[in-house]
Amino acid sequence: MIELGRRRTQGIARAMVWGAALLTLAVLFLIIAHILIEGLPYVTPEFLLGSPRHMGREGGILPTIIGTAALTAVAILIATPLGVGTAIYLTEYTREGRLTRFIRFGTESLAGVPSIIFGLFGFVFFVIALGLGWSILSGGLTLAAMILPTIIRTSEEAIRAVPKVYRDVSFSLGATRWQTVTRAVLPTALPGIATGVILGVGRSVGETAAVILTAGSSLHVPTSLFSPTRTMAVHFYILAREGISLEMAYATGAVLILAVLAINVLANEALRRLAARAR
Amino acid sequence: MVDSLPAPAAQQHVVLRDLSIFYGSVPGLRNVNLAIPRHQIFALFGPSRSGKTTLLRAINRMNDLIPGVHRQGQVYLGDQEIYAPQTDVADLRRRVGMVFALPSPLPMSIFENVVYGPRLVGVRDRRRLEEIAEQALTQAAIWDEVKDRLHTPALRLSGGQQQRLCIARSLAFEPEVLLLDEPTSGLDPISTARIESSLRQLKERVTVVIAPSSIQQASRIADRAAFLLMGELIEEGEAGQLFTNPRDRRTEDYITGRFG
Repeated sequence: MIELGRRRTQGIARAMVWGAALLTLAVLFLIIAHILIEGLPYVTPEFLLGSPRHMGREGGILPTIIGTAALTAVAILIATPLGVGTAIYLTEYTREGRLTRFIRFGTESLAGVPSIIFGLFGFVFFVIALGLGWSILSGGLTLAAMILPTIIRTSEEAIRAVPKVYRDVSFSLGATRWQTVTRAVLPTALPGIATGVILGVGRSVGETAAVILTAGSSLHVPTSLFSPTRTMAVHFYILAREGISLEMAYATGAVLILAVLAINVLANEALRRLAARAR
Repeated sequence: MVDSLPAPAAQQHVVLRDLSIFYGSVPGLRNVNLAIPRHQIFALFGPSRSGKTTLLRAINRMNDLIPGVHRQGQVYLGDQEIYAPQTDVADLRRRVGMVFALPSPLPMSIFENVVYGPRLVGVRDRRRLEEIAEQALTQAAIWDEVKDRLHTPALRLSGGQQQRLCIARSLAFEPEVLLLDEPTSGLDPISTARIESSLRQLKERVTVVIAPSSIQQASRIADRAAFLLMGELIEEGEAGQLFTNPRDRRTEDYITGRFG
């Protein structure tokens, strides 16, 4: 009897975890499939390489592709060195104490702040106070602040996971702390750090609220870091929200999803090759 | 009982004078006086937590990296006091190589492992680096096994090969002293024998200080040996005499396996 009860519990548990995994997969698949089915028919070369006409009811989305790429690039270029630097400081250059706890508390709190708050801060600080206006720079800086906690967190974990003996070996061969960090620790931690950066790319590409407030929603092709711009996600939002064109919105969404997928696949492939060189 | 210095002073390569090392308030090494002669194999043996690793890591100042460690007494390398404020620690570690208990290749190619140290000081010339690698790998008796795959990942080597690679890596600077902390623990007898024979050849140019993986290993390769127990140096002397006819009761008990 007891044996039967245990077996039944096993069976139920197995069914539940299977169900959870399956459901997750199904939701993911449905969303992607829905947007691709609705959007892909409108994704043509003219759509990708053309400029929007009539507020985006017709024409293409090239300015928003450029805007997305520029904004994300600025955010990543600022957040990665800052985040990895902070992680290196926390793991290699200081001991656990009040300061590290404070920094960790700060970054964790930052990670929980809704993006619209970052947007508001970016608007007040970068756009108005620093006079950067609605621009790629304002938007990029705001996104950088937003993704910084993720990059710090993942980098810190990746660096902590590097075996201690690598550091011992490096020091024993006459390396300074900085040489040890750059030559023995960081290369080993790179896949983990890259995961954080890729998460940051994903959040930057997909962000709308903070971007509208700081980079604006101009449909012109940006010409400098100080140009306002509109990202694909913002374009999607405006097209759908203001009822301009649901078809164009879906098409934009399809491009967005494919872009994020492509980034993930490429990054994973690059990391796999990197790892294969060491092992 | 520590006997008087065994050989003429000029022959002493590494000298520890009243050396004590504390982890916080816990002593890891207590008032150790020891003279290690040049170009011999010197074995430090004793049960675990006897202070062997602490002593080894005092000679290349690796203990400095552990938070809360402090030291009393001196360590001399030749006539240089290595804890003197003017000591360049990186330079010291290039003169005193170290091999760790578990094979610890870095996750890069065999070649890059060996030239890791030289690259740190800015050696860039390809031919020079290749010379260094060949010489070090030859001295560690692994050149023939790896010369055709220098650019494959070091982690693909067997455990014994990895450990010989680590010895080669620590030899890249032609150090004066080589410290080995149980270098053959976890290795098979054939790999162990290879490493022991390469150490015997190495002692012609390098002073070898080893915490052997076993007393048997100590008696196979050591010229001199010292017995440590709970951070104290119990007895030191010529290896043959120490292992067959120890003066201290505790040394005898340990060697004969009465405790350990």
